[in-house]
Amino acid sequence: MNEVFEPKMLAFLCNWCAYAGADLAGVSRFQYPPTIRVIRTMCSGRVDPLYVIEGLKDGFDQVSVFG
Amino acid sequence: MANSSGKKKKGAVLVVGAGVAGMQASLDLASSGYLVHLVDKSPTIGGIMSQLDKTFPTNDCAMCIISPKLVEVGRHLNINILPNTEVEGLEGEAGNFQVALKSHPRYIDLKACTACGQCRQVCPVTAVNEFNQALDLREATYMRYPQAIPRGFTIDRNVCIGCGLCEKVCLAEAVHYDDTAKEFSLDVGAVILAPGNEIFDPSKFDTYNYLNLPNVVTSLEFERILSASGPYRGHLMRPYDREEPAKIAWLQCVGSRNINACDNSYCSAVCCMYAIKEAVIAKEHAHGNLDTAIFYMDMRTYGKEFEQYYNRAKEHGVRFIRSRIHSIEPEGECDLRLTYADEQGQQKSEVFDMVVLSVGFEVGKETVELGKRLNIDLNRHKFAVTDGFKPVETSRPGVYVCGTLQGPKDIPQSVMEASGAAAGTSALLSESRWTETRSLQLPPQRDVSKEPPRIGVFVCNCGINIGGIVDVPAVREYARTLPYVVHVEDNLFTCSQDTQVRMGQVIKEKGINRMVVAACTPLTHEPLFRETLLDIGLNKYLFEMANIRNQDSWVHMKDRQKATDKAKDLVRMSVARAALLQQLEEQKIQIQQSGLVIGGGIAGMNAALNLAQQGFSAILVEKGTELGGLARCVTHTIDGMEVQPYVDSLIAEVKAHPGIKVLTESEVTSFKGYKGNFTTKVRVGSSLEEETFEHGVVIVATGAKEYRPKEFLYGEHDGVMTQMDLDEVLRQRGAGNGNDPAKWNRAIMIQCVGSRNEENPNCSRICCQSAVKHALELKKLNPAMDIVILYRDMRMYGLLEDYYTEARRQGIIFSRFDLDDLPKVESNGAGLKVTFHDHVLQRHIQMPADAVVLSAATLAANTDQLATQLKVPRNAYGFFIEAHAKLRPVDFSSEGIYLCGTAHSPKLISESITQSLAAASRAGSFLAGKTLSVGGAVAHVDKSHCAACLVCVMSCPYGVPKINDENVSEINPALCQGCGVCVSECPAKAIQLSHFEDDQITVEVHALLEGAV
Repeated sequence: MNEVFEPKMLAFLCNWCAYAGADLAGVSRFQYPPTIRVIRTMCSGRVDPLYVIEGLKDGFDQVSVFG
Repeated sequence: MANSSGKKKKGAVLVVGAGVAGMQASLDLASSGYLVHLVDKSPTIGGIMSQLDKTFPTNDCAMCIISPKLVEVGRHLNINILPNTEVEGLEGEAGNFQVALKSHPRYIDLKACTACGQCRQVCPVTAVNEFNQALDLREATYMRYPQAIPRGFTIDRNVCIGCGLCEKVCLAEAVHYDDTAKEFSLDVGAVILAPGNEIFDPSKFDTYNYLNLPNVVTSLEFERILSASGPYRGHLMRPYDREEPAKIAWLQCVGSRNINACDNSYCSAVCCMYAIKEAVIAKEHAHGNLDTAIFYMDMRTYGKEFEQYYNRAKEHGVRFIRSRIHSIEPEGECDLRLTYADEQGQQKSEVFDMVVLSVGFEVGKETVELGKRLNIDLNRHKFAVTDGFKPVETSRPGVYVCGTLQGPKDIPQSVMEASGAAAGTSALLSESRWTETRSLQLPPQRDVSKEPPRIGVFVCNCGINIGGIVDVPAVREYARTLPYVVHVEDNLFTCSQDTQVRMGQVIKEKGINRMVVAACTPLTHEPLFRETLLDIGLNKYLFEMANIRNQDSWVHMKDRQKATDKAKDLVRMSVARAALLQQLEEQKIQIQQSGLVIGGGIAGMNAALNLAQQGFSAILVEKGTELGGLARCVTHTIDGMEVQPYVDSLIAEVKAHPGIKVLTESEVTSFKGYKGNFTTKVRVGSSLEEETFEHGVVIVATGAKEYRPKEFLYGEHDGVMTQMDLDEVLRQRGAGNGNDPAKWNRAIMIQCVGSRNEENPNCSRICCQSAVKHALELKKLNPAMDIVILYRDMRMYGLLEDYYTEARRQGIIFSRFDLDDLPKVESNGAGLKVTFHDHVLQRHIQMPADAVVLSAATLAANTDQLATQLKVPRNAYGFFIEAHAKLRPVDFSSEGIYLCGTAHSPKLISESITQSLAAASRAGSFLAGKTLSVGGAVAHVDKSHCAACLVCVMSCPYGVPKINDENVSEINPALCQGCGVCVSECPAKAIQLSHFEDDQITVEVHALLEGAV
């Protein structure tokens, strides 16, 4: 196991706050690891618990919801 | 109706100043059917609010709440933003003005600039960053702040060295060094002035050493220090050594309430609240236990729920010290020593790490010049002259004013005035509504529901913003391999006008029915690309965006391969989702062109009258037998305006207007429907007869009442009365009746009776000025009379301060008491005696008095039944709660229902009038749309699966789902906000959210890992 473990991360972002925040991180050129994938929802409340299960089942190491 | 010259009025309006007031006025008017030219001398809109960190009393992030407004203004079809522009002159008259304007060169063509920022990256020049109050540096090619609208750069030619680098790297060819000033003119029907104020320059005070001591900062500098986007990235640091301070002092009234070192005798009305806010937020930012002290004269927390904010700050450990600081002395290398006398008169001395000067407002020289050019009167403090009963009209007909040019004020008051000014304008120009506005002419939509998906993928280079990091050709070629993709291309700038046109052609030629753009962010660009689809007759929901700039190339600059891999993942995800997108229909429903106004006081009457003047019909429902409300108990205002003749003429005007139906002795008995289509039953008169009205909006103006004191012998001794009683006594004296106040030897007034105590923590805002008004009147009647006002803080905010100064000049005695040592009132036979603790003499004093006047609280009217019927919220003290304390001060969160007057919180007559006009403007701008688009991305219920379990009813943050007659949940598309909470909560999966259906989201989850695993 010489390779550094790089977790595959999935994040659901609320359109109005967290997604806008992620955009602003870009405007500010904040650098972060390229291992996170974002799905935009109109509200973090739209994230059905099933999506979290689906994400983990598909092979994501972590699923998070920001809102 | 044409004006005197017989010409039809123009349906366009000029708004001068694009701060929060100018933006609000523009939005109201543009939605009401007028073309708005919004002028600002700065390269961007947003004004001073964009520089604030947080806002009181909600502690919302200022930028977070203003930026949606910036975007709305930037996108509105009927707002023409003219940045870098000044007004040179104004000819003509109300209804038909000609404005001369001058636009200063920006050196960057806004039409071509895509705000990619390459020009800034290469600019070698550094200059003082005014936006961050000179606490850091910027380039010569700059954007005032990242969220700026218009989205485009500007070159500061005062510092630019003309090296040509930005011109060379700009692939959009937007840089033009030879740009020149342009003079032009516009025809408008009305003008709204909202140029704002400047902040006071404290370098005039040499004893504060502002220029010499780096750790002495202004309050606006401190806002930037606290801001996450500020010079220190939100870390609490002091400028001298970038160390976190452990002790900070705020000095109040710097450049306000001062006629010694400057000429600003007025109170700036906002500094007490922002100082408290800054102290509380600074404590939140600090890592240790930050010591904060506010040095003040009177703590003026007079606004809605401000007093509780002040109380909470005390609980948080913010120290409040009543003392005016004369000078700031340096101590050691960079600390600061303050010497002051405390309330007991003892000399004290304390060392602080940092001192914040709470600087006030001042009308700037340029604004004074503007006032002269526009020929409007300014008062001795250089604020615009307005009439107390026409608070948003300047001395020149057709020219309105709002915001701090009208007088010092906070954001909600500015926003209300802005809407108020828009209401005045809308009433003036109603005949020309929709005559100059632009509208989109769209081709009919092609039905693609039967076609298999044919996806076109457009990958953007964004100059080199994406292409410089992500291998765009590789992403493009990868997209070609994805299912249903029939066309791929990459563009230098996908959003540029010429690319848009070409994309439209390609989509038509290749029969594309789903579009994917891999570029920046949907938050800024989705509307633009949706318009591209609409322009060629495709449904706007057949579009998906992959964010490969803000959330990829900009944040993974050091790893090109991984950034490219991520871009491919995101494109794959978007293509998978696009294949499942469906076209959605929106329906138009009619809006009833009328409003129901509840409450027939000054606020309700003004709201109804303005609605009618705007051309809508109004139903005015008053509980009492007569119109007039609480204003019937006020003889004149503090500035000497006679209230009764005004109320009489207002009633006459309301009754005579053909558009208004007045119902007295009436009450709302039932209320149903939704925005645009309400049905209300009103019981009219003493009979039990009910009338039914259909209307599009509701305005609540139910007013307030005066507290009947239980303390200080009120009701037990004839000499004890409230301010309102005294008003009546003075009026009766005029009529030759009763107790003659002219014969009184001494009158003692007691402030805060029923306010600012445990039972009612609110400040009633208006009682300080009532006391001073009556004290001055009594002095006029009998100059020999002794008048003592026992107070806790004299809250003579804004320009009212001058009356406080005058009262002291006339020898009226002000003595301060504390809540734990209240004055005592005792009966002395026919007379009264009052015992109180004097703060100067530091001992108790007893005085006989002929009259004791209690400044009783203003309490909310009883609106239990109405609040339940309308389903609108009230606070613990019965005042209605607006949608947002700062930016939506007259809207309820339920759309189509608005609020004004003392039903919102205690306020002066002029402030009530402003707010009622504001409510009428908000209502009018909704009604003017005539139809409402509903549907699209909203939730819908599958009846066959619904078990009426009520989960959706309880989980909806907007209270939309209802169980209907068929015993299933029903979601009104006109009210649904499309958040999808009910969809995730529904245990039977009976609800789906269009455009965000389960399969449309899970396909994204699955598609993301297809390539990687």
